[in-house]
Order: sequence, then structure tokens, then C-alpha cells
Amino acid sequence: MARHKSLIFTAILAFAALALSACGSSAHSADTITLYNGQHEQTTAALVAAFEHQTGIRVDVRSGDESELANQILQEGANSPADVFYTENTPVLEALRERGMLAPVSPSTLAAIPSRYNSSEGDWVGVSARVSVLVYNTSQLSPAQLPSSILELAQPKWKGKLAIAPSETDFQPLITAIIKLDGRAAAERWLRGLQANGKVYPDNETIVAQVNNGESAIGPINHYYWFRLRAELGGAAMHSALHYYAAGDPGDLVDVSGAAVLRSSSKQAAAQAFLAFLVSRSGQETIAHSHSYEYPLRPGVAPAPGLRPFAQLKPVPLTPAELGDGHEALALEQKLGLL
Amino acid sequence: MWSGRRRWPLVSLAGATIAAALVLLPLVFLIVQAQQSGFSEVQHLLLRHSVAVLLWNTIRLAIACTALCAVLGVAGAWCVERTTLPARRLWAVALVLPLGVPDFVVGFGWVSIDPALHGYLAAVMIMTLSLYPLVYLPVAAALANLDGGLEEAARSLGLGPWQAFRRVTLRQIRPALLGGCLLVTLALLAEFGAFEIVQYQTFTVAIFTEFKLGFDAVAASVLSLVLVALSVAALGAELSLTGRGGVLRPGPGARRGARRVALGRLTAPVIAALAALSGLALGVPLGALVYWMLRGSSTTLPSASILAAVGHTAEYSAAAAVFATALAVPVSSLAIRHRNRATVLLERLAYLPMALPGLVIALGLVAFSVRYALALYQSAFELIVAYAILFLPLALVAVRSAMGQASPRLEEAGRSLGRRPAAVWWRVTLPLIAPGLGAAFALVFISSATELTATLLLHPTGVNTLATQFWAYTTELSYGAAAPYAALMVAVSAVPAYVLSRRMGTLARAQETR
Repeated sequence: MARHKSLIFTAILAFAALALSACGSSAHSADTITLYNGQHEQTTAALVAAFEHQTGIRVDVRSGDESELANQILQEGANSPADVFYTENTPVLEALRERGMLAPVSPSTLAAIPSRYNSSEGDWVGVSARVSVLVYNTSQLSPAQLPSSILELAQPKWKGKLAIAPSETDFQPLITAIIKLDGRAAAERWLRGLQANGKVYPDNETIVAQVNNGESAIGPINHYYWFRLRAELGGAAMHSALHYYAAGDPGDLVDVSGAAVLRSSSKQAAAQAFLAFLVSRSGQETIAHSHSYEYPLRPGVAPAPGLRPFAQLKPVPLTPAELGDGHEALALEQKLGLL
Repeated sequence: MWSGRRRWPLVSLAGATIAAALVLLPLVFLIVQAQQSGFSEVQHLLLRHSVAVLLWNTIRLAIACTALCAVLGVAGAWCVERTTLPARRLWAVALVLPLGVPDFVVGFGWVSIDPALHGYLAAVMIMTLSLYPLVYLPVAAALANLDGGLEEAARSLGLGPWQAFRRVTLRQIRPALLGGCLLVTLALLAEFGAFEIVQYQTFTVAIFTEFKLGFDAVAASVLSLVLVALSVAALGAELSLTGRGGVLRPGPGARRGARRVALGRLTAPVIAALAALSGLALGVPLGALVYWMLRGSSTTLPSASILAAVGHTAEYSAAAAVFATALAVPVSSLAIRHRNRATVLLERLAYLPMALPGLVIALGLVAFSVRYALALYQSAFELIVAYAILFLPLALVAVRSAMGQASPRLEEAGRSLGRRPAAVWWRVTLPLIAPGLGAAFALVFISSATELTATLLLHPTGVNTLATQFWAYTTELSYGAAAPYAALMVAVSAVPAYVLSRRMGTLARAQETR
């Protein structure tokens, strides 16, 4: 019985020591900013290292799911420890902007990026982009069989061959684009078709993996998931390829990753400096050379080798601001039971 | 009830007050948020066809999984604790470990084997295989603590082995069994991630949609209160089934170990069944990990930082396990030894957070601490408190069932010999409930080690745990690099499971020879 007690006693001592040590939390110095990061962690790590080296400002990174982080910021309100919020998609930034949580981005930072990729109110800046494409299994489909429009995926001939991820943040912009270009009724018809044809997966990562291993023949994704899978598996294990939609098709969308400074931040200057670095030439080259396979948005910075040049893409003329926070698309998905 | 001094136990009361305050925190958050919603909004939110469908999906899943977990948990625990099964120590660990495998790995493992796997039956299977340890562990602890004299008495009075099991053994493990079933039900109400991959949508989907795509904490809170209502129903059902204890207690000093049943010719079939269970629950996800490590080009020898992540995971999980177990003792002691409406209500209240998604609990803590305890925000202390709130119910079930088995007459005897209450507690009660405390520690430790949502929101800035690193790599599609972190989560979880099985073994032997 003595052993029970000594075990319990040790446990209580260890707990007390840990609780005490936890109370002496670190004091943040003036030249440290806190970054809430919803972007892929490795890309951010490379950017932060380069920024710290260049400016001497330290960046504390807290990574998480971007929409969970947005909810966290909304709960934190005026006491948020976050100075900068860097996300993979713009609807989260739009949601914070609508609730007045973002500070205006400095004009010189906004000027580095073509204005159509920035917040129309100047509250967040576009940093990099992905393009919406189709991934198809090369042993099941030949290039001639591939659709030129995303609308064709609703046709019965794709029944049982299609993979979709309706809860993925990249999926709502596609619905929004169809609503904007062809109307709500067309978007609903299209979604019903997809619902009948498609197998539902949790995210783009799963779609690209399942198309590659032949479980599904085709699926809409963002281009970089395929390049990342190739980097993970090696070229020999790839049984899939990318297919671009025809110019001007609603599927031919550019999804933008952006960053913003929190209005509640007490370190506005340092936070703005980080945004300025993200869109600077060296920041944009860091993105191009990291293995994220995203397109840098600053004109004149080349993307990773192997990517179709950004200038050759002719996406639909819908800006991230026009795509908004995706509310209408969400309502439609809920109505059809896709969410 | 025993005579003599019955001072209101101050220490218990203080501990229970802390527990109540912590448990109420997320509930207050929900109510404050939900209040901001108008009647018509609530109507619009709740009276939707999709909400009814999701609710029905949740309920039918909870019923099937709970029943299956009860059968698997009791059968497994009985074989390990009460029969002459070979290599019992090994089985004791293998049967607990599925709890230490992250949901995502389980889902991915199954989908890699059969990509067509989806829907209700797939969800029932996957959830049963990952949640049955919640029944197994409390029941195994109760069986290890069993008074064998009662069974022998029952047999000597002419009951057959099955009747003796049903009327005596089952009766003694009933609080543990019902408690385990309650845990399974509550865990299913809150589960989200595991269903994504098998495309089965439960009520949590509606909550997450409001958070993730609508950024609407008010609507999400209204919906979360529906889960609270469901869990109140489950808690009421468990309370009425458990009754006022229902445990047969021996007279002072009469406790003795139970004899193990010789399996004989059944040894091989039982081993085959247990191997099949472990193969499905543990082998499939571990197989997926091995596959990732072999196939992925991102597989590298993990850096030294992996050791730091192991350290943080172990440290936080152990602290949370000690804290939650320490809170569970006064709460169950009051509810059992000083049973009245208030103490029972408090004990029931403590279960509610388990039925809520981790995101709700974590956001509640965020909202509270940025306003009233900013210095503690995103500290190790806060993360440990979050784990303790989330997993206090696991500790409660284990401690409560052990306390129900311990006879108050032994404590009474101690006091009649002139010992002070603290000394009696230390020398009599504590040794009696030790297996329950061990089970509580193991359950909370393992669950904390794999927790992700609250960890991402509340961990100290700059500190990585196994779960956060695993998550970071999987979002990059770097499965090869992620796999060692998941494997280490399982390995770290094996430590308390192993220590516990050893101690229960020692205890059982001590009783047999007594």
C-alpha cells in the first residue's frame, strides 16, 4: 500500500511544480509580434525566419485552423494577443473586416499587389494565390474526355467518378462564382448534379489522394494540392494530372491567401512591417521557393518551376472582395444537405 | 448510515466547489452567447429539416455504439481480469490503447483499406472500435476490485455460473458499466472529426458549420444547447438505472479476491476473438502509420524537437490527469457518502462538458480568460485546466465506481479505533479506491495526449505537443513526417495503460493470497 501513496504523492508534487512554473508566463517585449497563422506552417516558418533576420523583430507564431482562429479572435476582442492574422483564404478575413476587427493596411503595402487581389476597403492584402483546377486519374481518363467547364461535372456521365469536398473552404467560392455568373437557380441545379454524381470527401487533400490512387476518376481542387502530393510521393507514384478549365469558366477561379493587422494590436508599426515584408520581393520569393507551390502575387516574381505561368491563366474576373464571405453559397449547401 | 461524527467534509466541499466552478464556465459561456439570439432566430435555427435529420443521425449512432461498446468492454474486461487468459498484462494494454489513437488516423486507416467505407454502419464500427475502452477500463478496474466471496456464496447457494455472473458480478460492476456507457454516449454527442472521413453527418456538423463558415458563435451556442439537452437526458437515464448504489457490500474485513475462471478448451477461441478486436481497433490505424512512414518521401528521422514535443505532451497530460482525478474524488465522495439533491446535481453537472465539442469548451475558456484572467491566457496552466474540464467525466466514472465498491463500514471501523478522519481516508479509503484512481488517471492522460482543438487554441505560444505537430504535418500532406508523432502518441498512452495493468494485477494477486 505504501507504493500507492508514494505514487500519488509524487504525482501531486509534479502537478504543483508544473502549475507554479506555468504561472510565471513570459513577458513580451516591444519588438515581438504575435502572428495567428492559418497558412500552411512550413511556408509561414520560412517567411518568419527571413523577416526576423531582416528586421530584428521577433514573431511568435500560433498556427491553427483558420476559421477556428477567426472565432478565437472574435472571442478575444479588444484583448486579443494577435497582431497579425495570415490566412489561406479571404472569406475569414472578410468576416473579420465586416465585424470591424481589422486595421487599414498601409497604402505602400497595398500598392505592391494588383488591387483586384486586395480587400476593396484596404483592410487586408493579398499575398499569394492558388488556381482552381481539375485533377484526373490518367489511367481512367484521357485528356480528350475532360470537361472544359466545371458545370459539366453535374452531367450524369460523371456519376460514380467524381470526388468532391463540399465542406472545404475552397469549395464555396466555386458556388459563389456560379451564382454570380449564371444565377442562383443554375448554381442549385449544378449542386444537385454534383450531389448525385460525387463521392464526398472531407478535404482537397483526400480528393487528390483518392483520384491519384484510382478510387475516383476526377475532382475539383486547387492546383497546389497535386504538386504537394507529388512532392510527398515522388513523380513515379503519380497516376494523375491537372486539367485547367477553359478561360472565363466559373470554375477557373483564383483563390487568394491574405494577411491583415488586427485593430486591437498595440504594435501597429511592427505588424505593418510584417505585412510589408510579405509582399516585398524577398518575401514573395520566399513563397515561390518554399514547397507550398502557391503563386506569388507581386508582379515580376516567378512561381515555382513546373507551374503554368500566372500570366497565362485567364481566371474569371471576380475579385476576392466580390466573392465575399461565402454566405449565400453556404445557405445553398445547407439547403441541399451538403453540409 | 454509520453513527459517530459526521462533520460536513470541508476538504471535499472545497474540492467540489472548484470542480463546479470549472465545469460551469463553458456552460455560462454558452448561455450568455445563446441569450443574444432572438426567438425567431432560434426557431429558424432549430426547426430546420436538416437539423432534425442530423439529430436523428446522432441519436441512432449513440444507441448502437453504446450497446456495442458495453458488450465489447465487459467481455474484454472479464476475459482479462477474471479468467486464466494467457499474457493478460499484454491484453490489458492492447485493449486500452485504441483510445490513444487520434481519430484522424483511425479514419484514414479504414479508408485506406476500403475507400468505399462510409455511412451509418461505418460510423458505428469506427466509433465502437475507438470508444469501447471507455467501458473496458472502468469495468476492468471494478472487476479487479471485486469481492470474490459474494460470488462463491452465490454459487454455494445453488446458482449456476451464468446466473451468478448476472445476479452478483454484473450487479457489482453495474455502476462502472453504466458509467462507461454514459461516457461513450457523451463522447459521441461531441465527436466531429472521425465522422468527416466516413461521410456520416451528426449534430456537431450543424454547430461547426455555424462556427467555421458563418463565424456565428451565437447560433453555434444555441445549437450546442441542444447537445446539452441530449446529455441531460442521458445523465437522467444513467442515474435512474444506477439507482442508489445497488452495490453489494461486504461486512468489515470480509473482502477477498475472486477466483479466476479456467478457460480450458475455450482459451484459443477467446484469444482469437481478442486478437480480432485488437487487430481492428489498433492494427488498422497502426498499419496506416507504418504505411505512411514507408511510402512518404517527407519521412525523415524526426528532429530533436520531437523529444520536446513528447515531453510537453506527457507533462500536460499527466498534470491534467492528476488534476481531474483530484477533482473527481471530492465530487464522487460527496455524491456517494453524503448523497442529497445538491451533491447529486453537482456530480451530474460535471459530465455536461464532455457532450460539447472541444471547440465550444476552448472558446468559452478564451472568452473568460481574456476578460478576467489575462495573465493566464494561453499558459500551460490554462491548457491543463481545459483538459481537466473536458475529461473530468472520465475520472468521475472510474473514481465513483471504486468508491461505490468500498464499504463505508471499513471507514467506520477505522474511526471507531480512534483515528482521525484524514488518517482513516489515507489508510483505509485510499487503498480501497486505488484501482479506480489509476483508471481515472489513465483515461484522462490518454484522452489529453490526443486532444487537438483546445490544444491549438490554448497552448503556450512557441510550445509544440505531439498533437499539434502531427496536425501541422498532415495539413501539409506530409504524412510520412506526421506518422512518427502519431506513433509516439500511442506509445506515450501505453505507459499509463501498462502501469495501471501492472498495479491491478498486483492488487488482484494480493487479494487472492489474503
